[in-house]
Amino acid sequence: MDKREEVLRISGVNVRKCMRCGKCSGTCPSYDEMEFHPHQFVYMVETGNIEPLMNSESLYKCLSCFACVERCPRGVEPAKVVEAVRLAAIRQKGNNHLKASAVPELLDEDTPQQLLVSAFRKYSK
Amino acid sequence: MVYSYYPGCTLKNKAQDLDRYARLSAKALGFELEEIENWQCCGGVYPMARDEIATKLSSVRALADAKAHGRDLITLCSACHNVLKQVNNDILTDEDIRTRANNYLKLDDPYMGETKVIHFLEVLRDVVGFEALKEKVTNPLTGKKIGAYYGCLLLRPSGVMDMDNPENPKIMEDFIRAIGAEPVIYPQRNECCGGYLSLEDKEAVAKRREKIAQSAAEFEAECMVTACPLCMYNLKKNDSNIPVYYFTELLAEALGVKN
Repeated sequence: MDKREEVLRISGVNVRKCMRCGKCSGTCPSYDEMEFHPHQFVYMVETGNIEPLMNSESLYKCLSCFACVERCPRGVEPAKVVEAVRLAAIRQKGNNHLKASAVPELLDEDTPQQLLVSAFRKYSK
Repeated sequence: MVYSYYPGCTLKNKAQDLDRYARLSAKALGFELEEIENWQCCGGVYPMARDEIATKLSSVRALADAKAHGRDLITLCSACHNVLKQVNNDILTDEDIRTRANNYLKLDDPYMGETKVIHFLEVLRDVVGFEALKEKVTNPLTGKKIGAYYGCLLLRPSGVMDMDNPENPKIMEDFIRAIGAEPVIYPQRNECCGGYLSLEDKEAVAKRREKIAQSAAEFEAECMVTACPLCMYNLKKNDSNIPVYYFTELLAEALGVKN
């Protein structure tokens, strides 16, 4: 299966509903941290230009805050596209973004358990 | 009234105050939180992928346990609430997920999405009632200007969470009024705190934190309240010196049961 099909299947999103208004990126709290922004994820998946997304740190900057999902006037759900590309990347052997061995030095005395379980769920398989 | 209760991992560790003050307040208000036996961590974030099943099973087990007891399921942590409610919606609306989850679990009584997931704030609003709560307050926080910080997970996606208007919510402001204080409405109250990015990109989260705290300060909030341990962690050490409390702590204080 090609990557475009894989991402569409995992996400369940119909990227062709997008009307390119850019509201998802306009409302994204992680916009400044991203090389590719939510509207670009949607467009690049639509056109099959997946590789640059798969290799971008932008995958790990999405906060899953559902702002783009809530505010998209067309119900495209861009966060689900980002999640699907991220999974297509980290589900491959050796591609975990966060490794357990890196965690101890990232902790401080207040680090909530919620932060660790969330990061592992987003960044590793 | 007895409710099944899902505390979640952080309320047993770094966010014990969120749990403890809720239990004390519930007792004072006449309802009981009975913790589900052998609950498992929800995973902290809802798995959005349509083909994920294993990551949803801990939620389904908790939901099925509440159903077996014939009770609604109460949550406190915004993240647990979001995950459990979205997974419940999957079971209700997605036949593929429902079938595969039940194939895995082989429960005596298949789980079909029957449980109602309710956040503690919704119990205050819809069961106790904010007017009745106001009458039970013995120690009103009169004159205190409090900014409700909703963050993202309580409200969104609104079609599933169905707690309040996602862009102009009022449940926490009504709560703040009920405990005798004055709500402060500020623009950043329903924008993300930076979430799990704080493990490896502390600079990005610092930008979010200061933007939110400045927004609250600009509208003259003396403090903020939250229902989420990760929001608490990300926001509490802000340059605007605005303290952040769990909403349950202020509730217990107003009810005179904090100590």
